[in-house]
Amino acid sequence: MNAEGFASIAALVKARSGIVLTPDKEYMLETRLAPLLKQDGIASLDMLALKLRDPRAEALARAVTEALTTNESSFFRDGKPFDHLRRLLPKLMAARAPDHRLRIWSAACSTGQEAYSVAMILAELGIRNAEILGTDLSREVVERAREGSFTQFEVQRGLPVQMLVKYFRQEGGRWRVQPALREMTRFEERNLLVDHRMLGRFDIVFCRNVLIYFDPQTKGRVLNALAAQMAADGVMYLGGAETVLGLTDRLAAVMGERGAYALAPAATRMAG
Amino acid sequence: MQGTGDILVVDDSRVVRKAARRIIERHGFSVREAGDGAEALVACRAALPRLVLLDWNMPVMNGLEFLKAARAEFGTEEPLVMLCTTESEFERIVMALEAGAQEYIMKPFDDAILSGKLAQLGLVPEESEA
Repeated sequence: MNAEGFASIAALVKARSGIVLTPDKEYMLETRLAPLLKQDGIASLDMLALKLRDPRAEALARAVTEALTTNESSFFRDGKPFDHLRRLLPKLMAARAPDHRLRIWSAACSTGQEAYSVAMILAELGIRNAEILGTDLSREVVERAREGSFTQFEVQRGLPVQMLVKYFRQEGGRWRVQPALREMTRFEERNLLVDHRMLGRFDIVFCRNVLIYFDPQTKGRVLNALAAQMAADGVMYLGGAETVLGLTDRLAAVMGERGAYALAPAATRMAG
Repeated sequence: MQGTGDILVVDDSRVVRKAARRIIERHGFSVREAGDGAEALVACRAALPRLVLLDWNMPVMNGLEFLKAARAEFGTEEPLVMLCTTESEFERIVMALEAGAQEYIMKPFDDAILSGKLAQLGLVPEESEA
């Protein structure tokens, strides 16, 4: 494809999702957009770029953005944050009023494995008064997350078999999360770049392996917006390869807990 | 840190044994092989492996029969047993867990699934994303 076409699609994706596509990602455009081109009878990526200039091409722009979003996920992915959460939640609940409704946000939740992993931990700890909100840019993955239905392959990635038989039921060739856990969760389509104030306050925020797709300015903006929704003693989990350094001063690492961050004044108190 | 000790791969398919061996050896374990439950019992009597990766449907002695015999003879703690089978019904999984299996893989499996399960059993460190 020509450079102008690439730049035009990259600009559209950046504006809609924050995701930065560098020119070396042209192969990604070719492989991920090929099914869309075929389905819509569009001859080439350059032709697609032209069509996207039409302001009425909203559905096409959405489909392109979704196709270029990475939806990699597994249960209890990179286990350390979940180990920390298991230790943190009893302390957090002890500091709350007895009728406090625990709120957890799985930002960029993909197909829901992270949110359901959290739901399983809450169930194991006997915490019932809780709401887990999963949000993602992609309508398709949000719908799949809501279904809570996973393939045999998916339930074998990260999920101990004892939890599979305890919290899932087999439906045909698939495995579906039990209603009690699904009732704890809510999934909605949401862009990380918009104003989140209407969502209210969260005790825990997961935002893992998302920032890596953004430029530094967008990373800082998203981190600040998420931090603004956190309870004073709340915790945010980022991916193992992600950091807040140089991006925001509102968050600081919880010492000794890789991937865990707290609001800056609280982080030092949480150490150890 | 690499895994230490040995893992006994029990499957009547040489192809499956070879595929599992390749993944397990990459983690630093040595591998022994058995073609059915009876051979596996003989291998366990010679020396208990850290883990038995166990097919269900095999001639001579099937996986569940082996599991029950092994638990009666060697106790419930060791060796660790992970079924690896095309039996993917909920009831079959529960049956294996009740008979003393610690983990369960529904075939087909790949490197990510087997390596992930080895990490869940604490046999290899979890692959970090950092």
